[in-house]
Amino acid sequence: MSEAKNDESASKHSCCKSKNVATNDLAKDITSGAQDSIDDNSNLAQQEHHLTVEGASCASCVSKIEKALRGVDGVQNAEMNFAQRSVMVTGNVSDASLITAIEIAGYNAKIDASESDEEALDEKEKSDWQYYRKLMRDMTIALLLGVPLMIYGLFIGEMTVNTTGERLVWFTIGLATLGVMYFSGKHFYVGAWNSLKNHSANMDTLIALGTGTAWVYSMVVVAVPDLLPQMARHVYFEATAMIIGLINLGLALEVKARGKTSDAIKRLIGLQAKTARVIRDDKDIDIPIKNVLLNDLIRVRPGEKISVDGTVVEGHTAVDESMLTGEPMPVEKGNGDKVVAGTINKSGSIVFKATRVGKDTALAQIINMVKRAQNSKPPIGRLADAISAYFVPVIMIIAVISALAWLNFGPSPALVFAIVSATTVLIIACPCALGLATPMSVMVGVGKAAEAGVLIRNGEALQTASKITTMILDKTGTITEGVPKVTDVLLADGQDRDHILMLAASIEAGSEHPLAMAIVESAKEQGVAPQKVSGFTSIAGKGVEASLDDSTLLFGNEKLMKDRGINIDGFLDKAQALAAEAKTPMYFAVNKALAAIIAVADPIKTDSIDAIARLQKNGIRIVMLTGDNRLTAKAIADKVGISEFFAEVMPEEKADKVAQLQEEGEVVGMTGDGINDAPALALANVGFAIGTGTDVAIESADITLMRGSLHGLADAIAVSKATLTNIKQNLFGAFIYNVAGVPIAAGVLYPFFGLLLNPVIAGAAMAFSSLTVVTNANRLRFFKAKDH
Amino acid sequence: MLWINVAGVVLIAIIVWWFWLYKSSDVAMQNGAIEVLVKDGVYKPSKIKIPANEESTITFLRSDASTCAETLQIPDLDINATLGLNKKVKVTIPASKPGRHAFHCQMKMYVGELIIE
Repeated sequence: MSEAKNDESASKHSCCKSKNVATNDLAKDITSGAQDSIDDNSNLAQQEHHLTVEGASCASCVSKIEKALRGVDGVQNAEMNFAQRSVMVTGNVSDASLITAIEIAGYNAKIDASESDEEALDEKEKSDWQYYRKLMRDMTIALLLGVPLMIYGLFIGEMTVNTTGERLVWFTIGLATLGVMYFSGKHFYVGAWNSLKNHSANMDTLIALGTGTAWVYSMVVVAVPDLLPQMARHVYFEATAMIIGLINLGLALEVKARGKTSDAIKRLIGLQAKTARVIRDDKDIDIPIKNVLLNDLIRVRPGEKISVDGTVVEGHTAVDESMLTGEPMPVEKGNGDKVVAGTINKSGSIVFKATRVGKDTALAQIINMVKRAQNSKPPIGRLADAISAYFVPVIMIIAVISALAWLNFGPSPALVFAIVSATTVLIIACPCALGLATPMSVMVGVGKAAEAGVLIRNGEALQTASKITTMILDKTGTITEGVPKVTDVLLADGQDRDHILMLAASIEAGSEHPLAMAIVESAKEQGVAPQKVSGFTSIAGKGVEASLDDSTLLFGNEKLMKDRGINIDGFLDKAQALAAEAKTPMYFAVNKALAAIIAVADPIKTDSIDAIARLQKNGIRIVMLTGDNRLTAKAIADKVGISEFFAEVMPEEKADKVAQLQEEGEVVGMTGDGINDAPALALANVGFAIGTGTDVAIESADITLMRGSLHGLADAIAVSKATLTNIKQNLFGAFIYNVAGVPIAAGVLYPFFGLLLNPVIAGAAMAFSSLTVVTNANRLRFFKAKDH
Repeated sequence: MLWINVAGVVLIAIIVWWFWLYKSSDVAMQNGAIEVLVKDGVYKPSKIKIPANEESTITFLRSDASTCAETLQIPDLDINATLGLNKKVKVTIPASKPGRHAFHCQMKMYVGELIIE
């Protein structure tokens, strides 16, 4: 509907455009002309107008467009968001006149019909509620006829046609049933007819055929009873009405239950702030969130939500990010720190500059990703999909075969048995349970994971994560904090500590390696200022070299020293002792002579040991991967309870280690911070990016853990296993239901036990089979990953 | 009985032909645009022809309140979309090689085919 409105506005405008050229006078004529209709209504309130602009290719277009809009009579303010090519206009003005002004300025524009996630959710809940009420009304109408008829048939009298009086009564009831079919079951028949015309078949086809057959047969009994043997003069109007009523009830309950499966996405959407306090012209003004522009300065007081992503420019505070990352402790934020939309400012008042707004914020991206993943299907659902494609026609064929079998071999009245069995087969078969089995569980499982700060990219990642046998953990930033600190400086004879620290900081200032940053930081803390070096070269996986004044500087690992022929024999024991303490010793040579060993240690995250034990308890083999030397690697691995590790692995070799384990037949998960392990993350059966915080660097990973804790990894695997178990239960239930239900409905038990299913029972079973699937999927909402 | 059995077999043959063997006609995209109505159990049109190696946009308008209809999936192209009730939703099909791809709702009750030629 909103698009139709667009089209209308656009066509109105194109008409104006054809009559005008881009001169200011004419523009004014058009805008004032377009304004006439509005001017008639002097009470019209100031309104906000949101437009999208096409053809704006440079930032200078912004002022041109804003100027054009401000020139339109009635416009109070116009602001364009260049990044989103959107413009917000306030004033007493029509959309058509605004579009005209933009087009005269040389661009195209249309009404921005996009709605926020919250608006879309509200709309969905509203339409679901209306649909639910309609289904309940349909159900009530159908059961008002069906229940008394069924009670009569079961306890009071015979539903047969023998006398003229009975014919008249049943004819009237037949017409009433037709009314029920029209008022309560019309959607089944229309859907079935449309599908039939389309050469496809669905649930509607089965319901329409089943209830239609029962009604037509009953009307034949009423109209021409003499054509049928005495025992076959039974009517099934109660079956038609009851089946329609029960299936409507099942659908209504399913709509309710489905609503609950999207609780997680509702919670995420609910995190979005509605307004932002923007500082403009030195004044604080509250504006709707969609009007916040890039680089706007936004003030946030204690207890308020952060409205968009940005960088703090004033103040200091603690921000609660638990709703996105699952990390319970508030995070300190000061000048230059990033803040993200949806998190809550706890203590101080801050001002931040908006860096990402609208659909670009981390929260919006998370919502988008979760939505996409919730709609994707894991491979386990493919079989059900393949079956669904043939299901309904096969059931129709089984119904025909069943009827023929009863007619050929059944007892008297064979025709009645044939009609009852065919109807029951059509009614009991439930393609919906099969179709719903996988997506409902994925919907809840992916949402559940998101609540724990785990973003799953798609259904395939979800399924594979449940099968992981070996998990590779990158050491730095995954098991450890990734923020190393200098612990020891061992000097060669005759060296001065401050001078060595200055030289080391000078050469490492050019490197982005975490260990280098630790040295620079240490020098800074001790008041030692680094100097500018020349000829800086980074030697991948080994170290760096440079010159300062007349000195040549070489900083790196044992390999580098050996490659350059630097004698380190006198320091090897000391280096090994440091490594055994889980510290990383680095060698520093000045003018080709070893000057010092600087040891750096990266603290192990407080909960790494627990999380690793949790993963191992669940039968997952843990392997640590690090570029560190063997001794340091062993010391860290011992501390955290890992028995297998790969040490001294160059960044480009990480993927080889993944492949090596895969060749051993393992299903390998790789966890890293995504900085230099993207190829390994991509090669692994499932790549986990850890500790990205709310900066959603999700492209290289199948699963993103927004908090730094390895418990997120254990949570992700626990949720994926629980979801897969849930899917299997659903698929098993749906398959068994159909595989057992259809033959029973066809009457296979009759020769042995004299049992033939009543079509009403079949209708109830069918209605509640899909409800059972949705309800079972909803059980996942109560799953607590941390308990596994 | 013979005629009843023959009628039954013919009915089965009709079911097989109608649902599996019959090739329905498709609707080609015109001027780079096509609109699909999601209503009363079907996509109209349900067979859509779009050009190969060109990005195309299909607009879906769902006017069926059934919750089943709200999700659109094109698994082969890793595309899924949520179709709001009475909202036009544009689904962009990236430039793709020629081929046939099913599109459907979550439960495969609504089915259609995208033909890229």
